[in-house]
Amino acid sequence: MDAKEFIARRVALEIQDGEVVNLGIGLPTMVANYLPQDINVILHSENGFVGLTKGDGQVIPNLVNAGGKPCGIIPGGAIFDSMMSFALIRGGHVHVSVLGGLQVDQYGNLANWMIPGKKVPGMGGAMDLVAGAKKIIVAMEHCAKDGSAKIVKECTLPLTGKGKVHMIVTELAVFHVTLEGLILSEVAFGVDVETVKAKTAAELIVSRHLKTMPINQ
Amino acid sequence: MVNKQTTIQEITTHVKDGMTIMVGGFLGVGTPDSLVQILLENEIQDITLICNDTAFVDKGVGQLIAKRLVKKVITSHIGTNTASGQQMINQELLVELVPQGTLIERIRCGGAGLGGVLTPTGIGTIVEEGKEKIVVDGIEYLLEKPLRADIALLKAKKGDKAGNLIYDKAARNCNPTMALAADLVIAEVDEVVEIGAIDPDEVITPGLLVDKIVCVRGAV
Repeated sequence: MDAKEFIARRVALEIQDGEVVNLGIGLPTMVANYLPQDINVILHSENGFVGLTKGDGQVIPNLVNAGGKPCGIIPGGAIFDSMMSFALIRGGHVHVSVLGGLQVDQYGNLANWMIPGKKVPGMGGAMDLVAGAKKIIVAMEHCAKDGSAKIVKECTLPLTGKGKVHMIVTELAVFHVTLEGLILSEVAFGVDVETVKAKTAAELIVSRHLKTMPINQ
Repeated sequence: MVNKQTTIQEITTHVKDGMTIMVGGFLGVGTPDSLVQILLENEIQDITLICNDTAFVDKGVGQLIAKRLVKKVITSHIGTNTASGQQMINQELLVELVPQGTLIERIRCGGAGLGGVLTPTGIGTIVEEGKEKIVVDGIEYLLEKPLRADIALLKAKKGDKAGNLIYDKAARNCNPTMALAADLVIAEVDEVVEIGAIDPDEVITPGLLVDKIVCVRGAV
Protein backbone atom coordinates (compact mmCIF):
# COMPACT_ATOMS: atom_id res chain seq x y z
CA MET A 1 0.00 0.00 0.00
CA ASP A 2 1.38 3.42 -0.88
CA ALA A 3 1.52 6.35 1.52
CA LYS A 4 -1.55 8.06 0.10
CA GLU A 5 -3.75 4.99 0.38
CA PHE A 6 -2.50 4.42 3.93
CA ILE A 7 -3.40 7.99 4.89
CA ALA A 8 -6.81 7.77 3.21
CA ARG A 9 -7.59 4.51 5.05
CA ARG A 10 -6.73 6.07 8.40
CA VAL A 11 -8.82 9.20 7.74
CA ALA A 12 -11.79 7.01 6.73
CA LEU A 13 -11.87 5.59 10.28
CA GLU A 14 -12.60 9.08 11.61
CA ILE A 15 -15.86 9.39 9.71
CA GLN A 16 -18.93 8.63 11.81
CA ASP A 17 -22.34 7.30 10.85
CA GLY A 18 -24.68 10.07 9.72
CA GLU A 19 -22.03 12.65 8.98
CA VAL A 20 -21.97 15.04 6.03
CA VAL A 21 -18.43 15.11 4.71
CA ASN A 22 -16.55 17.21 2.18
CA LEU A 23 -13.44 15.66 0.66
CA GLY A 24 -10.89 17.95 -1.00
CA ILE A 25 -9.26 17.30 -4.35
CA GLY A 26 -6.41 14.76 -4.58
CA LEU A 27 -5.54 12.56 -1.61
CA PRO A 28 -8.66 13.53 0.43
CA THR A 29 -10.90 12.28 -2.42
CA MET A 30 -9.42 8.80 -1.91
CA VAL A 31 -10.98 8.63 1.56
CA ALA A 32 -14.33 7.82 -0.10
CA ASN A 33 -12.89 4.48 -1.27
CA TYR A 34 -12.28 3.26 2.28
CA LEU A 35 -15.35 4.42 4.21
CA PRO A 36 -16.79 1.58 6.30
CA GLN A 37 -19.65 -0.12 4.42
CA ASP A 38 -21.91 -0.22 7.45
CA ILE A 39 -22.17 3.53 7.97
CA ASN A 40 -24.31 6.10 6.23
CA VAL A 41 -22.19 9.04 5.06
CA ILE A 42 -23.32 11.86 2.79
CA LEU A 43 -20.62 13.41 0.64
CA HIS A 44 -20.94 17.12 -0.11
CA SER A 45 -19.60 18.52 -3.39
CA GLU A 46 -19.10 22.27 -3.11
CA ASN A 47 -20.07 22.96 -6.72
CA GLY A 48 -23.63 22.27 -5.65
CA PHE A 49 -24.92 18.94 -4.42
CA VAL A 50 -24.91 16.27 -1.73
CA GLY A 51 -24.88 12.57 -2.43
CA LEU A 52 -21.65 12.50 -4.42
CA THR A 53 -20.43 9.08 -5.60
CA LYS A 54 -17.82 7.90 -8.03
CA GLY A 55 -20.59 6.82 -10.37
CA ASP A 56 -20.58 3.71 -12.53
CA GLY A 57 -18.14 5.00 -15.12
CA GLN A 58 -20.85 6.44 -17.37
CA VAL A 59 -20.45 10.15 -17.99
CA ILE A 60 -23.60 12.03 -16.98
CA PRO A 61 -23.70 15.44 -18.70
CA ASN A 62 -23.44 18.39 -16.29
CA LEU A 63 -22.61 16.17 -13.31
CA VAL A 64 -19.06 16.73 -12.12
CA ASN A 65 -17.32 16.81 -8.76
CA ALA A 66 -15.54 19.86 -7.35
CA GLY A 67 -12.49 18.90 -9.39
CA GLY A 68 -14.53 19.06 -12.58
CA LYS A 69 -14.41 15.28 -13.06
CA PRO A 70 -17.46 13.17 -14.02
CA CYS A 71 -19.15 11.57 -11.02
CA GLY A 72 -22.46 10.16 -9.82
CA ILE A 73 -25.18 11.12 -7.36
CA ILE A 74 -26.95 8.71 -5.02
CA PRO A 75 -30.72 8.18 -4.89
CA GLY A 76 -31.89 10.78 -2.37
CA GLY A 77 -29.12 13.19 -3.33
CA ALA A 78 -29.90 16.87 -3.79
CA ILE A 79 -28.74 19.52 -6.24
CA PHE A 80 -28.59 23.18 -5.22
CA ASP A 81 -26.91 26.44 -6.14
CA SER A 82 -23.59 27.83 -4.90
CA MET A 83 -25.27 30.01 -2.29
CA MET A 84 -26.89 26.99 -0.63
CA SER A 85 -23.71 24.97 -1.00
CA PHE A 86 -21.65 27.48 0.96
CA ALA A 87 -24.42 28.18 3.46
CA LEU A 88 -24.20 24.46 4.24
CA ILE A 89 -20.44 24.79 4.68
CA ARG A 90 -20.25 27.97 6.76
CA GLY A 91 -23.42 27.16 8.67
CA GLY A 92 -21.89 24.08 10.25
CA HIS A 93 -24.05 21.62 8.30
CA VAL A 94 -20.93 19.91 6.96
CA HIS A 95 -19.50 17.87 9.81
CA VAL A 96 -16.11 17.00 8.46
CA SER A 97 -13.84 18.60 5.88
CA VAL A 98 -10.77 16.67 4.77
CA LEU A 99 -8.17 18.83 3.04
CA GLY A 100 -4.62 18.56 1.82
CA GLY A 101 -1.92 20.80 3.24
CA LEU A 102 1.28 22.56 2.26
CA GLN A 103 1.98 23.47 5.90
CA VAL A 104 0.16 22.95 9.17
CA ASP A 105 1.40 24.36 12.43
CA GLN A 106 1.08 23.44 16.09
CA TYR A 107 -1.62 26.10 16.59
CA GLY A 108 -3.90 24.49 14.02
CA ASN A 109 -3.17 27.01 11.30
CA LEU A 110 -3.35 25.65 7.77
CA ALA A 111 -1.66 26.87 4.60
CA ASN A 112 -2.73 25.10 1.44
CA TRP A 113 -3.70 27.59 -1.24
CA MET A 114 -0.67 29.45 -2.51
CA ILE A 115 3.10 29.67 -2.68
CA PRO A 116 3.99 33.34 -3.20
CA GLY A 117 5.91 33.91 -6.42
CA LYS A 118 5.47 30.30 -7.50
CA LYS A 119 1.92 29.11 -7.48
CA VAL A 120 -1.21 31.18 -6.95
CA PRO A 121 -4.16 29.06 -8.06
CA GLY A 122 -6.64 30.69 -5.68
CA MET A 123 -8.42 29.41 -2.60
CA GLY A 124 -11.57 28.14 -4.29
CA GLY A 125 -13.80 26.85 -1.50
CA ALA A 126 -11.00 25.91 0.89
CA MET A 127 -11.21 29.00 3.12
CA ASP A 128 -14.95 28.56 3.58
CA LEU A 129 -14.52 24.88 4.42
CA VAL A 130 -11.83 25.63 6.97
CA ALA A 131 -13.88 28.46 8.48
CA GLY A 132 -17.15 26.57 8.60
CA ALA A 133 -16.90 22.79 8.79
CA LYS A 134 -17.17 21.42 12.33
CA LYS A 135 -14.11 19.19 12.13
CA ILE A 136 -11.08 19.86 9.94
CA ILE A 137 -8.79 16.94 9.12
CA VAL A 138 -5.62 17.59 7.17
CA ALA A 139 -4.58 14.53 5.17
CA MET A 140 -1.12 14.86 3.68
CA GLU A 141 2.25 13.22 3.23
CA HIS A 142 4.44 13.94 6.22
CA CYS A 143 7.22 15.81 4.41
CA ALA A 144 7.41 17.90 1.25
CA LYS A 145 9.01 16.44 -1.88
CA ASP A 146 12.35 18.05 -0.92
CA GLY A 147 12.17 16.33 2.47
CA SER A 148 11.35 19.49 4.44
CA ALA A 149 8.86 19.34 7.29
CA LYS A 150 5.26 20.29 6.54
CA ILE A 151 4.20 20.16 10.18
CA VAL A 152 5.83 23.27 11.61
CA LYS A 153 5.95 25.54 14.62
CA GLU A 154 4.38 28.39 12.70
CA CYS A 155 3.24 28.47 9.07
CA THR A 156 5.33 30.70 6.81
CA LEU A 157 3.05 30.35 3.78
CA PRO A 158 -0.16 32.43 3.51
CA LEU A 159 -2.88 30.86 5.64
CA THR A 160 -6.10 29.26 4.49
CA GLY A 161 -7.50 29.46 8.00
CA LYS A 162 -6.35 30.33 11.47
CA GLY A 163 -6.50 27.87 14.35
CA LYS A 164 -9.09 25.65 12.70
CA VAL A 165 -7.35 22.30 12.18
CA HIS A 166 -8.38 19.53 14.58
CA MET A 167 -6.37 16.61 13.32
CA ILE A 168 -3.45 15.78 11.01
CA VAL A 169 -3.02 12.36 9.42
CA THR A 170 0.20 11.41 7.60
CA GLU A 171 1.80 8.11 6.60
CA LEU A 172 3.90 8.27 9.78
CA ALA A 173 1.56 9.53 12.46
CA VAL A 174 -1.68 11.07 13.68
CA PHE A 175 -1.70 14.41 15.54
CA HIS A 176 -4.40 16.31 17.39
CA VAL A 177 -4.34 20.07 17.86
CA THR A 178 -5.30 20.96 21.44
CA LEU A 179 -5.12 24.00 23.70
CA GLU A 180 -2.10 22.37 25.38
CA GLY A 181 -0.32 21.99 22.06
CA LEU A 182 0.15 19.50 19.26
CA ILE A 183 -0.37 15.97 20.54
CA LEU A 184 1.26 13.02 18.83
CA SER A 185 -1.55 10.47 19.22
CA GLU A 186 -0.57 7.59 16.95
CA VAL A 187 2.45 6.33 15.05
CA ALA A 188 2.40 3.96 12.09
CA PHE A 189 3.44 0.34 12.72
CA GLY A 190 7.25 0.13 12.81
CA VAL A 191 7.74 3.91 13.13
CA ASP A 192 9.23 5.21 16.38
CA VAL A 193 8.59 8.53 18.06
CA GLU A 194 12.14 9.76 17.35
CA THR A 195 11.64 9.30 13.61
CA VAL A 196 8.42 11.32 13.74
CA LYS A 197 10.10 14.05 15.80
CA ALA A 198 13.03 14.22 13.36
CA LYS A 199 10.65 14.83 10.45
CA THR A 200 8.42 17.30 12.28
CA ALA A 201 9.38 20.94 12.89
CA ALA A 202 6.69 21.61 15.52
CA GLU A 203 6.87 21.19 19.30
CA LEU A 204 5.23 17.85 20.01
CA ILE A 205 3.58 16.47 23.09
CA VAL A 206 3.69 12.68 22.98
CA SER A 207 0.38 11.32 24.19
CA ARG A 208 0.49 9.18 27.31
CA HIS A 209 -1.86 6.90 25.42
CA LEU A 210 0.25 6.76 22.25
CA LYS A 211 -1.14 4.08 19.93
CA THR A 212 -0.14 2.34 16.75
CA MET A 213 -2.20 3.49 13.77
CA PRO A 214 -4.85 0.79 13.26
CA ILE A 215 -3.99 0.22 9.59
CA ASN A 216 -1.92 -2.69 8.30
CA GLN A 217 0.80 -1.50 5.94
CA MET B 1 -46.65 38.21 -20.38
CA VAL B 2 -43.90 39.65 -22.53
CA ASN B 3 -42.09 37.21 -24.78
CA LYS B 4 -38.41 37.60 -23.87
CA GLN B 5 -37.06 35.22 -26.44
CA THR B 6 -34.54 36.81 -28.77
CA THR B 7 -31.65 35.93 -31.08
CA ILE B 8 -27.89 35.73 -30.79
CA GLN B 9 -27.72 38.59 -33.33
CA GLU B 10 -29.84 40.82 -31.13
CA ILE B 11 -27.77 40.00 -28.02
CA THR B 12 -24.66 41.09 -29.90
CA THR B 13 -25.91 44.69 -29.90
CA HIS B 14 -25.83 44.82 -26.08
CA VAL B 15 -22.23 43.84 -25.35
CA LYS B 16 -19.72 46.70 -25.27
CA ASP B 17 -16.05 47.22 -24.47
CA GLY B 18 -15.26 47.95 -20.82
CA MET B 19 -18.34 46.26 -19.40
CA THR B 20 -18.45 44.31 -16.15
CA ILE B 21 -19.82 40.90 -17.05
CA MET B 22 -20.83 38.03 -14.75
CA VAL B 23 -20.81 34.57 -16.25
CA GLY B 24 -22.22 31.40 -14.68
CA GLY B 25 -20.34 28.12 -14.51
CA PHE B 26 -18.01 25.97 -12.45
CA LEU B 27 -14.96 24.81 -14.41
CA GLY B 28 -16.99 25.44 -17.54
CA VAL B 29 -19.99 23.35 -16.44
CA GLY B 30 -23.04 25.61 -16.50
CA THR B 31 -21.40 28.28 -18.66
CA PRO B 32 -23.46 29.71 -21.55
CA ASP B 33 -21.05 28.80 -24.34
CA SER B 34 -22.96 30.56 -27.14
CA LEU B 35 -23.09 33.82 -25.18
CA VAL B 36 -19.36 33.58 -24.38
CA GLN B 37 -18.86 33.00 -28.09
CA ILE B 38 -20.50 36.38 -28.80
CA LEU B 39 -17.86 38.10 -26.67
CA LEU B 40 -15.11 36.13 -28.40
CA GLU B 41 -16.31 36.71 -31.96
CA ASN B 42 -16.92 40.41 -31.44
CA GLU B 43 -13.63 40.76 -29.54
CA ILE B 44 -15.23 42.75 -26.72
CA GLN B 45 -12.26 44.40 -24.96
CA ASP B 46 -11.38 45.43 -21.40
CA ILE B 47 -13.95 43.20 -19.74
CA THR B 48 -14.16 43.05 -15.96
CA LEU B 49 -15.15 39.42 -15.51
CA ILE B 50 -16.92 38.03 -12.45
CA CYS B 51 -16.95 34.23 -12.43
CA ASN B 52 -16.46 31.32 -10.06
CA ASP B 53 -13.19 30.25 -11.70
CA THR B 54 -11.38 30.93 -14.97
CA ALA B 55 -12.01 27.39 -16.29
CA PHE B 56 -9.61 26.36 -19.05
CA VAL B 57 -7.85 28.11 -21.95
CA ASP B 58 -10.15 26.34 -24.41
CA LYS B 59 -13.33 26.03 -22.34
CA GLY B 60 -15.83 28.37 -20.70
CA VAL B 61 -14.79 31.88 -19.65
CA GLY B 62 -11.17 30.78 -19.83
CA GLN B 63 -11.26 31.47 -23.57
CA LEU B 64 -11.92 35.16 -22.89
CA ILE B 65 -8.73 35.35 -20.86
CA ALA B 66 -6.71 33.32 -23.35
CA LYS B 67 -7.83 35.80 -26.04
CA ARG B 68 -6.79 38.74 -23.79
CA LEU B 69 -10.22 40.32 -23.70
CA VAL B 70 -10.28 40.60 -19.90
CA LYS B 71 -8.57 43.38 -17.95
CA LYS B 72 -9.73 42.29 -14.50
CA VAL B 73 -11.17 39.10 -13.11
CA ILE B 74 -12.92 38.66 -9.76
CA THR B 75 -12.93 34.93 -9.04
CA SER B 76 -12.12 32.18 -6.55
CA HIS B 77 -9.74 30.05 -8.61
CA ILE B 78 -7.46 30.52 -11.62
CA GLY B 79 -5.33 27.39 -11.27
CA THR B 80 -6.87 25.40 -14.14
CA ASN B 81 -6.15 28.11 -16.73
CA THR B 82 -2.47 28.66 -17.55
CA ALA B 83 -3.26 31.95 -19.34
CA SER B 84 -4.72 33.48 -16.15
CA GLY B 85 -1.60 32.87 -14.08
CA GLN B 86 0.73 33.94 -16.87
CA GLN B 87 -1.11 37.20 -17.55
CA MET B 88 -1.31 37.90 -13.81
CA ILE B 89 2.46 37.47 -13.41
CA ASN B 90 3.06 39.69 -16.46
CA GLN B 91 0.71 42.28 -14.93
CA GLU B 92 -1.55 42.10 -17.99
CA LEU B 93 -4.49 40.84 -15.96
CA LEU B 94 -5.70 42.12 -12.62
CA VAL B 95 -6.84 39.23 -10.43
CA GLU B 96 -8.97 39.63 -7.31
CA LEU B 97 -9.15 36.26 -5.59
CA VAL B 98 -12.21 35.83 -3.41
CA PRO B 99 -13.16 32.72 -1.39
CA GLN B 100 -15.87 30.86 -3.28
CA GLY B 101 -18.53 31.20 -0.59
CA THR B 102 -17.73 34.88 -0.14
CA LEU B 103 -17.91 35.51 -3.89
CA ILE B 104 -21.42 34.11 -4.19
CA GLU B 105 -22.59 36.03 -1.10
CA ARG B 106 -21.16 39.28 -2.50
CA ILE B 107 -23.13 38.66 -5.71
CA ARG B 108 -26.24 37.90 -3.66
CA CYS B 109 -25.77 41.16 -1.75
CA GLY B 110 -25.42 43.03 -5.05
CA GLY B 111 -28.77 41.73 -6.17
CA ALA B 112 -30.63 41.53 -2.88
CA GLY B 113 -30.40 45.12 -1.73
CA LEU B 114 -27.85 44.37 0.97
CA GLY B 115 -24.89 46.59 1.83
CA GLY B 116 -22.64 43.61 2.46
CA VAL B 117 -22.29 40.35 4.28
CA LEU B 118 -20.45 39.40 7.48
CA THR B 119 -18.46 36.21 7.07
CA PRO B 120 -15.89 34.39 9.19
CA THR B 121 -14.21 33.12 6.01
CA GLY B 122 -10.76 34.63 5.54
CA ILE B 123 -10.26 35.84 9.12
CA GLY B 124 -6.57 35.56 9.96
CA THR B 125 -5.57 35.29 6.28
CA ILE B 126 -4.49 37.81 3.63
CA VAL B 127 -8.14 37.96 2.53
CA GLU B 128 -8.84 40.23 5.51
CA GLU B 129 -6.34 42.89 4.37
CA GLY B 130 -7.97 46.27 3.90
CA LYS B 131 -11.38 45.05 5.08
CA GLU B 132 -13.43 46.17 8.01
CA LYS B 133 -13.78 43.65 10.84
CA ILE B 134 -16.98 43.59 12.84
CA VAL B 135 -17.50 41.69 16.08
CA VAL B 136 -20.99 40.28 16.63
CA ASP B 137 -21.71 38.52 19.92
CA GLY B 138 -18.01 38.01 20.46
CA ILE B 139 -17.29 36.50 17.04
CA GLU B 140 -15.15 38.33 14.50
CA TYR B 141 -16.38 38.70 10.91
CA LEU B 142 -15.16 40.36 7.74
CA LEU B 143 -17.41 42.85 6.03
CA GLU B 144 -17.56 41.81 2.39
CA LYS B 145 -19.17 44.23 -0.02
CA PRO B 146 -21.67 43.69 -2.83
CA LEU B 147 -20.80 42.88 -6.43
CA ARG B 148 -22.89 43.82 -9.43
CA ALA B 149 -22.39 43.71 -13.18
CA ASP B 150 -23.63 45.45 -16.31
CA ILE B 151 -24.55 42.09 -17.80
CA ALA B 152 -25.04 38.58 -16.41
CA LEU B 153 -24.75 35.66 -18.82
CA LEU B 154 -26.52 32.55 -17.54
CA LYS B 155 -26.95 28.96 -18.67
CA ALA B 156 -30.10 26.97 -17.97
CA LYS B 157 -31.58 23.72 -19.19
CA LYS B 158 -35.02 25.06 -19.94
CA GLY B 159 -36.78 28.37 -19.92
CA ASP B 160 -40.22 29.60 -20.82
CA LYS B 161 -40.71 32.70 -22.93
CA ALA B 162 -41.32 34.72 -19.75
CA GLY B 163 -37.76 33.87 -18.63
CA ASN B 164 -38.53 31.37 -15.88
CA LEU B 165 -35.56 29.02 -15.65
CA ILE B 166 -34.81 25.42 -14.68
CA TYR B 167 -31.24 24.12 -14.49
CA ASP B 168 -29.51 20.78 -15.06
CA LYS B 169 -27.61 19.09 -12.20
CA ALA B 170 -24.28 20.69 -11.30
CA ALA B 171 -24.68 23.21 -14.13
CA ARG B 172 -26.83 25.27 -11.76
CA ASN B 173 -23.98 26.54 -9.51
CA CYS B 174 -23.79 30.35 -9.49
CA ASN B 175 -26.34 31.00 -12.25
CA PRO B 176 -29.41 31.61 -10.06
CA THR B 177 -27.59 34.11 -7.85
CA MET B 178 -26.10 36.02 -10.78
CA ALA B 179 -29.63 36.45 -12.15
CA LEU B 180 -30.18 38.90 -9.27
CA ALA B 181 -27.15 41.08 -9.71
CA ALA B 182 -26.86 42.62 -13.17
CA ASP B 183 -28.56 45.43 -15.08
CA LEU B 184 -29.15 43.15 -18.06
CA VAL B 185 -29.66 39.41 -17.50
CA ILE B 186 -29.40 37.09 -20.49
CA ALA B 187 -30.07 33.37 -20.29
CA GLU B 188 -28.98 30.77 -22.80
CA VAL B 189 -31.20 27.69 -22.65
CA ASP B 190 -31.21 24.30 -24.35
CA GLU B 191 -34.97 24.33 -24.64
CA VAL B 192 -37.51 27.14 -24.70
CA VAL B 193 -41.16 26.44 -23.96
CA GLU B 194 -44.39 28.42 -24.02
CA ILE B 195 -45.45 30.52 -21.08
CA GLY B 196 -47.33 28.26 -18.69
CA ALA B 197 -45.51 25.09 -19.69
CA ILE B 198 -43.32 25.19 -16.61
CA ASP B 199 -45.03 24.45 -13.29
CA PRO B 200 -44.49 27.56 -11.11
CA ASP B 201 -43.43 25.19 -8.30
CA GLU B 202 -40.55 23.91 -10.44
CA VAL B 203 -39.11 27.33 -11.33
CA ILE B 204 -35.65 27.95 -9.87
CA THR B 205 -35.03 31.46 -11.24
CA PRO B 206 -38.15 33.63 -11.54
CA GLY B 207 -38.56 35.05 -15.01
CA LEU B 208 -38.90 38.61 -13.76
CA LEU B 209 -35.12 38.58 -13.22
CA VAL B 210 -34.37 37.51 -16.78
CA ASP B 211 -34.42 40.15 -19.52
CA LYS B 212 -33.60 38.03 -22.53
CA ILE B 213 -33.65 34.36 -23.34
CA VAL B 214 -31.85 32.64 -26.21
CA CYS B 215 -32.40 29.07 -27.29
CA VAL B 216 -29.34 27.39 -28.74
CA ARG B 217 -30.89 24.08 -29.73
CA GLY B 218 -33.55 23.85 -32.40
CA ALA B 219 -35.30 26.89 -33.84
CA VAL B 220 -34.51 30.26 -32.31
